[in-house]
Amino acid sequence: MDISLIDWSRAQFALTAFYHWLFVPLTLGLAFIMAVMETLYVRTGKSFWRDTAKFWMKLFGINFAVGIATGLILEFQFGTNWSNYSWFVGDIFGAPLAIEGIVAFFMEATFVAVMFFGWNKVSKRFHLVSTWLTCLGATISAWWILVANAWMQYPVGMAFNPDTVRNEMVSFLEVATSPMAVAKFFHTVLSGWVLASAFVLCVASWYLVKKRESKFALSSIKIAAITGLFASVLSFLTGDMSARMVAKTQPMKLAAMEGLYNGGNGVGLVAIGMVNPNKQPGDSQEAMLFDVKIPKMLSFLASHDLNSYVPGINDILDGGYPMPDGSVALSFADKKARGTLAHEALADYRQAKEAKNPALMQQAQETLAKNMPYFGYAYFNDSKELVPNVPLNFYAFRVMVILGGYFILLFFIAMFLSVKEKYHLQKWVQWVALLSLPLAYIAGMSGWVVAECGRQPWAIQDLLPVKTAISKLQPGDVQLTFWLFLALFTLLLIAEIGIMLKAIKKGPELKS
Amino acid sequence: METYTFLQNYWWFLVSLLGGLLVFLMFVQGGNSLLIDLGKNEDERTLMINSTGRKWEFTFTTLVTFGGAFFASFPLFYSTSFGGAYWLWMLILFSFVLQAVSYEFRDKAGNLFGKRTYHIFLVINGIVGPVLLGAAVATFFTGSGFEIGKNNITDMGNPVISQWSSPWHGLEELWGGCGQPASNWWNYVLGIAVFFLARILGLLYYMNNIDNESFHAKCRRSLWWNSGIFLVFFIAFVTRVLLADGFAVNPETGKVFMEPYKYLHNFIAMPAVLVIFLLGVIGVLAGILTSLLKPCFKKGIWFAGTGTVLCVLGLLLCVGYNHTAYYPSTTNLQASLTLQNSCSSLFTLKVMSVVSLLIPFVLGYIFFAWRAMDKKKITIEEMQNTEDKY
Repeated sequence: MDISLIDWSRAQFALTAFYHWLFVPLTLGLAFIMAVMETLYVRTGKSFWRDTAKFWMKLFGINFAVGIATGLILEFQFGTNWSNYSWFVGDIFGAPLAIEGIVAFFMEATFVAVMFFGWNKVSKRFHLVSTWLTCLGATISAWWILVANAWMQYPVGMAFNPDTVRNEMVSFLEVATSPMAVAKFFHTVLSGWVLASAFVLCVASWYLVKKRESKFALSSIKIAAITGLFASVLSFLTGDMSARMVAKTQPMKLAAMEGLYNGGNGVGLVAIGMVNPNKQPGDSQEAMLFDVKIPKMLSFLASHDLNSYVPGINDILDGGYPMPDGSVALSFADKKARGTLAHEALADYRQAKEAKNPALMQQAQETLAKNMPYFGYAYFNDSKELVPNVPLNFYAFRVMVILGGYFILLFFIAMFLSVKEKYHLQKWVQWVALLSLPLAYIAGMSGWVVAECGRQPWAIQDLLPVKTAISKLQPGDVQLTFWLFLALFTLLLIAEIGIMLKAIKKGPELKS
Repeated sequence: METYTFLQNYWWFLVSLLGGLLVFLMFVQGGNSLLIDLGKNEDERTLMINSTGRKWEFTFTTLVTFGGAFFASFPLFYSTSFGGAYWLWMLILFSFVLQAVSYEFRDKAGNLFGKRTYHIFLVINGIVGPVLLGAAVATFFTGSGFEIGKNNITDMGNPVISQWSSPWHGLEELWGGCGQPASNWWNYVLGIAVFFLARILGLLYYMNNIDNESFHAKCRRSLWWNSGIFLVFFIAFVTRVLLADGFAVNPETGKVFMEPYKYLHNFIAMPAVLVIFLLGVIGVLAGILTSLLKPCFKKGIWFAGTGTVLCVLGLLLCVGYNHTAYYPSTTNLQASLTLQNSCSSLFTLKVMSVVSLLIPFVLGYIFFAWRAMDKKKITIEEMQNTEDKY
């Protein structure tokens, strides 16, 4: 396949996912915060809370529209740009997307209209239920799309069918409740809550800095700080859960995140460091230009055992180390040889089927079943192709973790001052909150960089390389749509920010 | 009937039903295309945009679910059509992206382009969306050029299973290309018919949803000529479908071959499908005619809307059932997609069928919320006195 086609297709998907994730976390988190505010309105009868909720709903609506638009493109790109993927794993991957549409999108679409336009058309309680259902719809939608994404990281519940030449689902439960999906769902949704809390904190702090809307701002800050602290602490804990899953199912991703070339027992975690950009697998260069390590911490994070074995990039490529199940890891060369056997067996099976030779079919099928876990390795010629971009993963992971810690601290301080009713006196906290919003976006994006770039070169871990998942288009076609999307999404983002800023400057309309 | 065959048919029915609902809900697009002719002043444009603006999410969601359901139940179609007719689908998607933001952004301060640009975006989607979706559906009858080679997966240099024949990747569906005949005037014919149907539905929806006598009269006048053009193109396409050779499948060998009057035979062989189709046509005509002949009649959208769903459902059932290739290949007949060779596994179809039991519940809450929101019709006074508007 043409490398430039693969690269442009990857770039287009990354671009769309990047833009989509600029809008979705705010939708997820703000929906919850607005619903809490409206609940306070219904419970206390104070119109202050209605007006407060309405202000945040206005900002929610502006953000929501672009999130939907980018999401549409993302879904259809699986077909337009990843046609082989759509067939090879569509039997499993399509189901969560369809369920997302039936169960979640309709709920969101139906009740978001009531939430925006129903204030004078439906009862207070019906309206409140609609706001909560909008929040629930967005969250259920996140569940199903993250089930699909988790399956790409950790494919379970399927078997390869040589008659149809695709993987087919054999256990829906395994797919829908995979531990990777559970970890991803909580980590991702909670990170959305963190971002939305940082957003509310930022906007409300701006009002305080400007000495405007203090009651509105302080009330919003209290809710955002509590939500943010809760979400950031839980996000940290679910991040630990995710890291253990990565260690178990995607050791190469973990090694890249750590810049770890030579593993061992009781491996330390790099707290701060700089990756040697020239380092290649198998050479004698140092992996890090400098680093400060926390002893044994990586082993502990990987399996909650200070002395556990963590393989490095070289170990994974060379094999021979003990696996958690007691077996010995295969080298790249072994995996490629077995993947090639699987390919040959598939071709033999198809030929035998055409020749109507059941004995040969059975023989080929047995060989195929034995070697199918390595099917994807046959597409690679050089072991280095299996190594994701180490510096990118290393730095993105650290940025995410450091910012995660930073937000716990920020929300703790904000909550403490808020509860003590001293937030309005602390100008520096207001400024810090005001300036911290971009950091929340960077933290979320960094998380996705680790999740998606750490999986490279696989579209489906160990099963289907990105280069094989592609649609056969001209590179120029994808290049053109890439630039069109870039221009369109960027202009829409600028428009969205412009509208948000004007709406924030105008402020809430507090009738009480 | 075997369980697997039953589920293949069941999922084709659901996908067809979603297709029918999508065309009905394109009253949003049809309504937006009318901004040019009917939205002569700001009050009228505000009424029109806020009327369809409270429903656009349904159209959008149905489009997404239509895609998702196709992916889950007939993944080979998803990979062949979307990966092959790339530009056709991309143009459709671009137009829907423009629409998604235009309602929310159009009247907001700081929106970068100004109100007029967002109106133009809505009109672009109102024209491009229905025309191209209609053209894409027409290819189910006229065929597209592609090859399917499942053995390609073990070819390291060229592992792609579905390969499109034309380098124009879908544009040839609109104006030929790659030395092929411009097959595809009939694609335009259905595209134009769907476009005018969407406009008719948009008009009928406005007549139902907007409480303004002079605007109602304007819609009625516009309904005359839009209905006339729709009927010409719709009758032309249906006549072509009934008289054309169709892509038949030999049930024993699975071989695809051309059969004269295949779709006419399908209607005759499946009277229930014929009845669905005819009831649909009657519903659409009843909605149009009653609205034209009775000046105060406002419920035309429900007749024409139900008719649209049934009509599209009937056409799609006709092209998928009774041993027919629903996505034919003109490059290699044997590569054509049938319900059998393009569907998901039995297990996945079973799981999805259990999920589909939720659909009545979903329709129920949509009905409930829609009714609650539409109890009071939209008026100019409401638009002038509320902040809850686009």
